[in-house]
Amino acid sequence: MSKEMKEEVPDYKKSKKRLDGRKMEELRPLSIKVGVIPNADGSAYLEWGQNKVYAAVYGPREALPKHTQNPYKAVIKAVYRMAGFSVPDRKRPGPNRRDHEISKVLSEALDKVVFTEQFPNTEISVIVEVADSNAGSRVACLSAAACALADAGIPMKDLVSAVGVGKAFNEIVLDLNKDEEDAPDAVDVPFAIMPNSEEIVLLQMDGLLTPKEWEAVSKLGLAGCKQVYEVQKKALTERFQIKELTKADVAKEVSNGVEEKKESKKEVKEVKEEKKDDKKGKEDKSKKVRK
Amino acid sequence: MRSTVLEYDISKVVELARNGKRVDGRALDEMRDFSVVKNKFKNAEGSAIVKLGDTEVMGGIKVLVDKPYPDSPDEGAISVGAELLPLAHGDYEFGPPSMDEIEVARVVDRGLRESKAIDFAQLCVKEGEAVRVAFFDFYAINSDGNLFDAGSIAALASFMDAKLPKLDEKFKVIKHEYDGKIQLKRLPLLTTFVKVGGKIMVDPTYIEEKAAEARFSVATTDDGYMSAMQKGMGGSFTLEEVNYMIETGFKVAGEVRKKLQKM
Repeated sequence: MSKEMKEEVPDYKKSKKRLDGRKMEELRPLSIKVGVIPNADGSAYLEWGQNKVYAAVYGPREALPKHTQNPYKAVIKAVYRMAGFSVPDRKRPGPNRRDHEISKVLSEALDKVVFTEQFPNTEISVIVEVADSNAGSRVACLSAAACALADAGIPMKDLVSAVGVGKAFNEIVLDLNKDEEDAPDAVDVPFAIMPNSEEIVLLQMDGLLTPKEWEAVSKLGLAGCKQVYEVQKKALTERFQIKELTKADVAKEVSNGVEEKKESKKEVKEVKEEKKDDKKGKEDKSKKVRK
Repeated sequence: MRSTVLEYDISKVVELARNGKRVDGRALDEMRDFSVVKNKFKNAEGSAIVKLGDTEVMGGIKVLVDKPYPDSPDEGAISVGAELLPLAHGDYEFGPPSMDEIEVARVVDRGLRESKAIDFAQLCVKEGEAVRVAFFDFYAINSDGNLFDAGSIAALASFMDAKLPKLDEKFKVIKHEYDGKIQLKRLPLLTTFVKVGGKIMVDPTYIEEKAAEARFSVATTDDGYMSAMQKGMGGSFTLEEVNYMIETGFKVAGEVRKKLQKM
C-alpha cells in the first residue's frame, strides 16, 4: 500500500507539460514597474511568478569609507537581502553567506554594463529586497536592478536581462519554479546577458549536465533573456513616455482650470504643486543632459 | 549642498508651524491618506503593504513552533522586527540594527503586545513542549517620516488576517496548509506626534521629523484603552500637551481603524 501512496515522480518527456501547466520554454508571468520609490534615484518593482522584489539605486555618490574608493571608476555595490517572511521558513535577520555571494555576483554582473569610468571615486548603490520568493529570486533581482539603474539615468552600454534555466524531471526547462528546483535531477542555471551584445555577465550552475544538455540549456537561456528584455524595455518606455495631449484632454484641462478658479484656496495649492513639478522637471532635464 | 537645502527646508517647516500651518497644507491633527494591500506575499502567514503619504512599508508574519519559556509553559509569543532598508532613503545604511530601528520595532511591539490583543494561550500547542511564535517583520521601502504609525498599521493589517500553519503530530509545520486564524481581541494602533515650533502635529513627514524638538507616540485600542506610550528625541512636553496628544490619538487612530476595517 505504501508503494501506491508514494507520489510518482513526473516525467516531462512523457507528459510534455510542466507541473504548473507551462510549456518547457515558457516563462512564468513577468511584470515590471519602474520608478516606484520616490526617494531613490532609480527604482523598480518586479513580479515574476510568486517572486516579488524591489530594487533601488542611489548614486553615483561619494564612496565611503574612503578606502573603498577607486580613483579610476565608480564602484557598483549591489546588496541582496530577503525579508523574514519571503521564504517558507522565516529568514533570520541579517545577511547569511548566500546573501553575500549573491550580492557579489550581482555587483559584478552590473559592473560590466555601466560606464563606471565616468564617475571616479563614487559608489553606485543597488539595493534589492526580496518580499516573496519561489525559485529564481536572484535573476528576478538582477533584471529589476538593471531597470532601476536605467531609471536613475546612469549611463549604460546595455541592459542586463537575466533568467533561470536548467533541467527538471528529465527535460530542459526555462524559468524553474520551486517544485522543479526540488526535482531529483534538478539543474539550476542562473543566466544573465547584455541582450544586445549577448555577452554573458552572470552564470552559475549546480547539478549534473552533459555537454550536449548544456548546449540546449545555454540556447534556451539566451532566448529566455531576450523575452525578459522585451518586458524590461516595455517597463522603461512606459516610465519615460511623453503623452501627446488629444483635443479632449486639452478641453478637460481647461474646464478643470475654470473650476479651480472658483475656489481661490485650491488655486494657491495648485500653484504650489506646479512649482514643485517645475523643480522636478528641471532635475529630470539635468539628468538627461548627463546622459 | 544637500544639508544646506535641508536647513532651509527645516526653517521653513518651523516658520509655518508657528502659524499653525504645514508644508503640505494639512491641518495639525490631520493624518496623511493611506492605503493597504493585504496578503500579497504568499510565503507569509499574513502580510501588508502600507502607503502613508510617500512613506511605504511592507510587513509580514511567519509563525514558527518553538519550546515555551520556562516561566510561561502554556503561552506562545510574538516578536517584532524593523529594518530601515537603504532602499528607502539615501541616509540609511546597512549594518547592525541601528538605535532608530530598535526603537521603532520595540514601540510597535509594545503597542501590540501590551494591548493583549493576541491571546498568547491560543498560540500554545502543548503545554511545556511546544508553542507558536509569531514573527512580524517590517521593512521601509520608501521613507517619508512616521515609520512608527506605518509599521503599526502594517502590523495590525497583517495580524487581522493571519493564518495559523497546520502542524503534524510531532509539532512540525506542514507547509502550505493552515489551521484557523490568529484571533485578535482588540485592535491597537499607534499614533505619532512631533512638536515643531512649539506646535503639536500628527503624522510627521521626514522633513517635519528633522525639524522636530520632540516626538510622542501613543497606542490606543478600539475599546478605549491605551496600551503603550513613548516619548522620543531631546525636547520636552507639558502634561497638557501629552493629554492633548492622547485625546487626539484616540480620535485619529479611530478614523484609521475604521478605514482599515473596510479595506
